[in-house]
Amino acid sequence: MRLLSRTDRVVITLMVLVPLLLVVGLVWLPAAATVLLSGTDWDGIGPLGEIDWVGWRNYDDVVSNYPPFVPAVQNNLLWLAALFVVATPFGMFLAVLLDKELRGSRIYQTALYLPVVLSLALIGFVWQLIYSRDQGLLNGVFGGDTDWYGDPNVNIWAVLVAAGWRHVGYIMLLYLAGLKGVDPSLREAAAVDGASETRTFFRVVFPVMRPINIIVLVVTVIESLRAFDLVWVINKGRNGLELISALVTQNVVGEASRIGFGSALATIMLAVSLVFITLYLWTVMREEKR
Amino acid sequence: MSRPRTQAEYLARLVPPSVAGLNRRSLLAGAAGTGALLGTGLLAGCGDSDSGSGSDAKRVSLGSNQSDPKPKDVLAKVTAGFTTSAGTSVDINTVDHNTFQENINNYLQGKPDDVFTWFAGYRMRFFAAKGLAGDLSDVWGKLDGYSDAFKKASTGDDGKQYFVPASYYPWAVFYRKSVWQQRGYQVPTTLDQFTALGAQMKKDGLTPIAFADKDGWPAMGTFDILNLRINGYQFHIDLMAGKEAWTSDKVKKVFDTWAGLLPLHQPDALGRTWQEAAQSLQQKKSGMYLLGLFVGQQFSGADLEDLDFFTFPEVDSTIGAKALDAPIDGYMMARKPKSKDAATKLLTYLGSKEAADITVKNDPSTLVANTGADTAGYTALQKKAAELVGSATEIAQFLDRDTRPDFASTVIIPALQQFIKDPKDIGGLLTSIENQKKSIFTS
Repeated sequence: MRLLSRTDRVVITLMVLVPLLLVVGLVWLPAAATVLLSGTDWDGIGPLGEIDWVGWRNYDDVVSNYPPFVPAVQNNLLWLAALFVVATPFGMFLAVLLDKELRGSRIYQTALYLPVVLSLALIGFVWQLIYSRDQGLLNGVFGGDTDWYGDPNVNIWAVLVAAGWRHVGYIMLLYLAGLKGVDPSLREAAAVDGASETRTFFRVVFPVMRPINIIVLVVTVIESLRAFDLVWVINKGRNGLELISALVTQNVVGEASRIGFGSALATIMLAVSLVFITLYLWTVMREEKR
Repeated sequence: MSRPRTQAEYLARLVPPSVAGLNRRSLLAGAAGTGALLGTGLLAGCGDSDSGSGSDAKRVSLGSNQSDPKPKDVLAKVTAGFTTSAGTSVDINTVDHNTFQENINNYLQGKPDDVFTWFAGYRMRFFAAKGLAGDLSDVWGKLDGYSDAFKKASTGDDGKQYFVPASYYPWAVFYRKSVWQQRGYQVPTTLDQFTALGAQMKKDGLTPIAFADKDGWPAMGTFDILNLRINGYQFHIDLMAGKEAWTSDKVKKVFDTWAGLLPLHQPDALGRTWQEAAQSLQQKKSGMYLLGLFVGQQFSGADLEDLDFFTFPEVDSTIGAKALDAPIDGYMMARKPKSKDAATKLLTYLGSKEAADITVKNDPSTLVANTGADTAGYTALQKKAAELVGSATEIAQFLDRDTRPDFASTVIIPALQQFIKDPKDIGGLLTSIENQKKSIFTS
């Protein structure tokens, strides 16, 4: 510490304090307030002093007296599985292909990344044109009358296709950036040793890319936990498209103002996220110790 | 959401070029003229109350959710008329329609404008009961041209008025005259005739009743009208207020009747928007469609003239068919306006025939609530709509305006969609609604 001048110390203190205040003020305080509110029946009207404490009643209602909750949990899990098993590996696969310097690779990149750039409103509109039962492209071309958005057994898959469409582009770009950073001499060495392309990828490139792999994994988990926008645009997260995030919004935002109840849902979501965050941090820290 | 807010979007499309192109100055002059006439009467009516509080009464603020260009412009003209007559200027604070509605709790608890736009129904009464709105009984003493049904819709739980109606639109069963003439269909007046007509349409290759509920709210219209026809207005309002049990036989009968009608409805409604359903009516694929007057948005020119409607037929002869859904938009006063005198005067003006005349003149597709207004510019459809609502004994405001918004959006919408998906388990559905209702209404 003796090496640090007075100015240094002031700068360091500021650099620690400002982010700390931001994190506490913008993340931890609201999170704590959400947890507190989840034990009340506040409806957003009246002074804070008049809030009644109802204990676990909101949680009890969520689990036993709120039909959309169970489908929402199932859909969130399904979302995670679909992204993890299909969309993420497919995005990585495309990245590997594009890394081969194919002719027109820029065009493919742009085409695949475009969905990530498009605004949400536009994406909702694009898929409405495709999926609409009476006027949509899919039923128009194939002459079917599948109710893509309305049939609760079908619509979650229809939306997963749309979500995957976006997710693939995102993962592709992340992974492509990582691949470009892999030292070419590693591949050359593998080639000299007579390893096939597949073998080179799984035995050499993939392990080297570990940091990127972890990022991709985390992005996948985060994307599936906070999945919200597409279902909200389609039908506000109802009728087969329930997601916890959409239920929170339905209850808290807007005129409904079931703030206590919505906070209980948000707290449940927070708890689930914490499980994944803990797992991730634990892995990363164990990594660093080694 | 694509739901037309008030008539705003509906109106915007219907304005004939002759009116849209009118010279602004001449309109203002006209407004000023009528305003001046009214002003004298108003001042006389108010007596000396305004002379003392001179400086206070020179400004009054109006919080408006009329964010679409046309209604915004009309409101500006109406308030201009007030300014010329009363000498009080009006500051209009316009907020995006949905934002206004979603922030209403914070807005009313903070520093609301003296007068603000809102709609009749449960929330109006709720704000009144919470002491967040000002008593307008005085204003109602000076208003005329309103039917009893409108006064009832403006009255809070304590019997005082808290609301001044401005415009409305009815819900009814719409159809195309040409299709009906061609096939010789008659307007049904009982449920049996209605069902028989539906069966006939099916035989003729038409979808009897167009139907859509992707956004969750249109099916509320079907529930409302069936409940009003089967159990009557008072039961409907009590049910909405959480005073009646959803598990009662009366509610069960509503769903049973609806389940009987469902085969006549367009299938797969949960993936369809109301615009798409309206187009099936427009394209003569469907025979009827129960919706608000804004269904006309999907029609233009000769098609629009071909559009007609009838009120939903009688189910129980002891109840009749005189009640209906007709959401009313209007104005309320803040609990503590900066100048109560000026706010009261503004509200009296907003509810007057003169304000209604300015509205109709500038936006001839609005159905104004004041029956004294000059409605020569109405189309045949509008005249009929006005007559229908004028003859109604009771006016309900539509489910999501007649009950708590949290109950409507988080319980009723999923429940009605569940019913449409699987109409068999009515008992289980109603038990679930009742349990959730108890939890929400006791909080």
